[in-house]
Amino acid sequence: MKTLLKCAAAALALALALPADAMAEDSIYVPLFTYRTGPFGGSGTPIADGMHDYLAMLNERDGGIGGVKLVVDECETGYDTKKGLECYDSVKPKNPVMVNPWSTGITLSLIPKASVDKIPILSMAYGLSASAKGDIFPWVFNPPATYWDGLSEILKSAGGGSIEGLKGKTVGYLYFDAGFGKEPIPLFQALAKDVGFNLKLYPVAPADMQNQSSKWLDIRRDKPDLLVMYGWGAMNPTAIKEAVKAEFPMDKFISIWWPNDADVAAAGEGAKGFRTLNWHGTGANFPAIADIQKLVIDAGKSQTPKAEVGSVLYNRGVYNSVLIAEGIAQAQKITGKEVVTGDDVRRGLENLDLDAARFKALGLEGFAGPLKTTCFDHNSHSATFVQQWDGTKWVKAGDLVGPDTAKVQPLLDEAAMAYAQKNAGWPIRNEVCDNK
Amino acid sequence: MFYREAGQYKTTYAADMAIFPIRQDRWGLALILFVAFVVIPTFGGPFLLNTMMIPFLVLSLAAIGLNLLTGYTGLLSLGTGAFMGVGAYACYKLATWFPQVNILVWIVASGFVSAAVGVLFGLPSLRIKGFYLAVATLAAQFFLQWGFARAPWLVNYNDSGAIEVPRATLFGVPVTGPSATPVTRYLVVLTLVSIMAWLASNIVHGRIGRIWMAVRDMDIAAQLIGIRLLNAKLLAFAVSSFTVGVAGALMVFLWLGAAEPEAFNINLSFEILFIIIIGGLGSIVGAFFGATIMHLMPIALRALPAMIGLPIEAARVEQLTFMITGILIIVVLIAEPHGLARLWQTAKQKLRVWPFPY
Repeated sequence: MKTLLKCAAAALALALALPADAMAEDSIYVPLFTYRTGPFGGSGTPIADGMHDYLAMLNERDGGIGGVKLVVDECETGYDTKKGLECYDSVKPKNPVMVNPWSTGITLSLIPKASVDKIPILSMAYGLSASAKGDIFPWVFNPPATYWDGLSEILKSAGGGSIEGLKGKTVGYLYFDAGFGKEPIPLFQALAKDVGFNLKLYPVAPADMQNQSSKWLDIRRDKPDLLVMYGWGAMNPTAIKEAVKAEFPMDKFISIWWPNDADVAAAGEGAKGFRTLNWHGTGANFPAIADIQKLVIDAGKSQTPKAEVGSVLYNRGVYNSVLIAEGIAQAQKITGKEVVTGDDVRRGLENLDLDAARFKALGLEGFAGPLKTTCFDHNSHSATFVQQWDGTKWVKAGDLVGPDTAKVQPLLDEAAMAYAQKNAGWPIRNEVCDNK
Repeated sequence: MFYREAGQYKTTYAADMAIFPIRQDRWGLALILFVAFVVIPTFGGPFLLNTMMIPFLVLSLAAIGLNLLTGYTGLLSLGTGAFMGVGAYACYKLATWFPQVNILVWIVASGFVSAAVGVLFGLPSLRIKGFYLAVATLAAQFFLQWGFARAPWLVNYNDSGAIEVPRATLFGVPVTGPSATPVTRYLVVLTLVSIMAWLASNIVHGRIGRIWMAVRDMDIAAQLIGIRLLNAKLLAFAVSSFTVGVAGALMVFLWLGAAEPEAFNINLSFEILFIIIIGGLGSIVGAFFGATIMHLMPIALRALPAMIGLPIEAARVEQLTFMITGILIIVVLIAEPHGLARLWQTAKQKLRVWPFPY
C-alpha cells in the first residue's frame, strides 16, 4: 500500500515536472519525429539518420544556423498516431520552430493544431495534398511535390511524355490501403475517365504488408500494361520480391518516391530495371555529405552505418533537413532575429528559394531541382525524374518531368475548399505574407 | 489501525449492502474525485492532461466496457477496437449531419449505434462460447475495420480517408477541435467517464449484474433457475458495446482529433483486453489499475532516462520500454494471477487487521 502510494506520488511528480524542461535561450529547438522501431522502421531509420546527421553537421561545421546552435531532439513515434501525439505534446513546451511528423496519420491530427499552437508543420511530400494551398493552410508545408503531382508525373513519363499515351491500356495501382495510398485514387479515376485507360486497384491493407500473394495473383491475371505502386515500410520490399517471383516485367513497374536501396536490393538480381520517382541525387558525392562523413559519422556523433549514407532515403532525410535549415535561415533573414520562433519560421518556409546557385552554396551542387515557395503555394509542385535500379545503384533514367498542372490544380483547389468547409470555423488566413 | 469499520453500525439493509460500506472508503473515493476534478486540472500541465490523463480515462472507459462483457458475463471479445471505431464514426456522422446539436449528445448517442452493432455481432454468442466466440468477435474486428477503410461515406468523402473532428462548443467554451484547451477536454472526459463508471458499477451490483455473473459461472445452471440466456447475453453485448462506443467517440473527438481506420486495429482490441486481464477480470476499479500499467507506466518509463540525464537514443528507450513493460506484466500476473484488483482487495483486507493480525 505504502509503496503503491509512493509510486503514485513519484509518477505524479514526474508528470508535473516534465514540461518544466527549460530550454537554453540562445538555441533553436528542432524536434524530429522518427521511427526506428516497428514495421516501418526499415523506411524510417535511414530518414531519421539523414535528418539528424545534416543538422548535426551544421552544428559542427557552422556552429548552427546564423550563429545559433540547433538543439536536435528525436522522439520515437513508431509510425503510430497516438505516440506521435504524445511526442507532439512532449516537445510543445520547449518551443519547437517546426515539427516533421513523418506520418500521414500524425500530420492529419496535427494540421488543425498548427495554427492554434503556432508551430509550422513540414510534411515533406506526404501528408495532406491539399495543404499545398498556403492561403487555406498557412501553417502546413509539403514541398517539393504532392502525391497528386507524383501520380501525374508517373503517368506522363509512362505515357511517353503525356498521359494521353496511356489511352486504351490497363493501368494497375498497388497501394498502401490507408490515407496515403488512397489519396491519389480520385485523380486516378478522373484521369482514367478523361484519357480512357482501364484502372485496376490492388489495395494492400496495413496488416497484410508482408502478405501480398493474393494481390499478385490478381495482377498476374489482369496483366496490366503499367503497375503504379504507392507503398511504405515493409510493403515496398515485399512487393518488389513478389514482382520478381511473379516474373512481372520490371519495365512496367514504377513506384512513387519511397522505396529505398535496401528494399530493392533485397529482391536480388530480378529487381534490375525497377523504377521509382525521385527529386534529389543519390550517392555520397556531394561536399555537404562529405562534411557529414567527416564531422559527424567519423567523429562518432551519429549511429548511421557507413553503407547507408547516400541511399535514397538517407539523402531524403538530408533534403528534409536542408528545408528545415533553409526555413530557419530565411526566417532569420526576414525578421532580423537570431533566435527565431515557430511564427518566424512559418514566414521563412513561405519564402524558400532553393535555386541551383543556392544548392551549390550549400555544398549540394546538382542535388535537386529548384524549389520556390510562396504564401499561396506551399509546395512548389517541383518536377521529378525517374530513376532505375541497375542491380547495385540507382541510375537517372529520364529528364525532369513536371506535374500535369491543368489536371491536378482544380482538384487541389477543390480539396482545400472542401477541407475548410467541412471543418466549420476553419480560420481565414490573416498571417503575414512577405512575398505578395 | 486507521482503516477499520469498528464503531460504524449499519441500521438498514441498504447501508449494509452499499458498494463502499466503510466510511474510510467513501472518504478515499471523495479524495480521489477531489484530486481528479480539482487538483489535476489546477496544477497539471498540458502534457499531463493531454498525453497522460485523457488517454488514461478513455482507455479505462473502454476497459470497463469490455469488462462488463468478458469479466462479468464471461464472453471473450476481440472486437473492442472495432466497436470503438463504430462509436467514433457514428459520432462523426451525427455531428456533421446535425452540427447545431451539442457534441456531448452525439458522443453519448453514438454509443447506441455501437450497441446495435454489438448486438448484431453478439448473436452467435448464444450458440458458441470461449475461444470460438473470440474468433467470431475477431471476425467483427476485421470486417468492421475493412468497412471503415472501404466506405468513403463514413468519412464524408474526405480525400484523406480520415475523420476530421469538427469544432464544437459547450456553453460557449470549445470542447473539440484545436482551440479546446486540455483542461476543458480533460474535464469533459472525466465527467463522462465518472458517470459511466458509476452507472456500470450500479449495473453490476444489481439484478442485471447478478444475471451476468450467473451466466458466466455456469450458463446451463443459470438457464435452469430461469434466466433467459439470449436476453442476458445480448444485453451484455449491448451495454458493453455502448460503453466501448462512447470511449471510441471520446478517443477521436477529445484525444486524437483525427483518426484513420488504422487507429481501430486489432492492437487496440488487444490493448484493452490486456488492461482488463492485468487490472482484474470482473472489476470496475481493475480497469483503472490496468490502464495505469498499460498506458501511464510506459510514459513514465520513457521519460525516466531524460529526467535523470541518461543520454540514450529515443529508439533505444522505446525498445527498453517495451521490454520493461512486458517483464512487469509477467511479474504482476505471477504475483497475482487475478490481476491488480485482487491485489488491491488483499491489501485492503490486510490493512483492516493491521497492525494486530490475530
